[in-house]
Amino acid sequence: MSSHRLEIRVKPRPGLLNPEGKAIHHALAALGWAAVHDVRVGKVIYVDMDADTPDAALVEAEAMCRKILANPVTEDFEISLVAAEGGVPS
Amino acid sequence: MKMAVITFPGSNCDYDLYKAVQQVGGEATFVWHRQRRLHGYDAVMLPGGFSYGDYLRAGAIARLSPVMESVVAFARSGGPVLGVCNGFQILCEAGLLPGALVRNASLRFESRDVHLRVERQDTLFTSEYDAGAVLRVPIAHGDGNYQADDDTLERLEGEGRVVFRYVDPTGTVTPDANPNGSWGNIAGIVSADGNVLGMMPHPERAMESLLGSADGVGVFTSLVKSLSTAAV
Repeated sequence: MSSHRLEIRVKPRPGLLNPEGKAIHHALAALGWAAVHDVRVGKVIYVDMDADTPDAALVEAEAMCRKILANPVTEDFEISLVAAEGGVPS
Repeated sequence: MKMAVITFPGSNCDYDLYKAVQQVGGEATFVWHRQRRLHGYDAVMLPGGFSYGDYLRAGAIARLSPVMESVVAFARSGGPVLGVCNGFQILCEAGLLPGALVRNASLRFESRDVHLRVERQDTLFTSEYDAGAVLRVPIAHGDGNYQADDDTLERLEGEGRVVFRYVDPTGTVTPDANPNGSWGNIAGIVSADGNVLGMMPHPERAMESLLGSADGVGVFTSLVKSLSTAAV
């Protein structure tokens, strides 16, 4: 059993209105970034957990996403293993 | 009529629901979210508020509360469940109602009176209204923007499960009357069996003309009457 750090990126589903992204888009435009044509905001969740193997940790993380971390109606998710001592999260 | 009003950490409309139930002659009981048993109630109500600080997503943590297992079982066995505001969000997260409530399109917390049209008069919760009646009821939410996938929306509309819609004072569905960006101006929906109603506006805060509006009373009188009829 060893410790693994998982980075879970929860993303708004394509096509769904993302009001926070829209507001940030407006702010960027106001600051002069006219080339920006879309901004979407999701969230990143870091989970540190014990598991026998990295693959076992990924399997658990996927179950977490399906059960609670992401809402299948509005969000998609991606999971990756990151180095536990890699300096994230602060 | 015995009605359970579930209180979660962060609920703030539980007393309003309690009072609304009493006002129409029902017997209200507060049920703490950690309680598992839910026996002897004729209906269950999930109040508005900010359960668990809306962390992760509004209602996402509350639906894992011990009491929710019993609420889901109660609903699945046909028991009437009303979820208002955060209660609606919890019902969606718990899978008792389809879809999800996301951030208001305005990005603002919207706290004001809105107009609702009663789309369905033949439900447990609306029988005392006239079909097409226009109600004035307050909203107070930051995440009330109802969204679902196309199939779900088509099914909701096709099966007539939209019970309340945001309208202008004349009863017309307009973009301006939509306070949060909800698809199809949806303000409230029922489950396929009709026994679970979720709505973002607060009927329990529209119980006294002296305080602005008594248009919410019908939700509670309808429920009490439906339950009395069923009991006979």
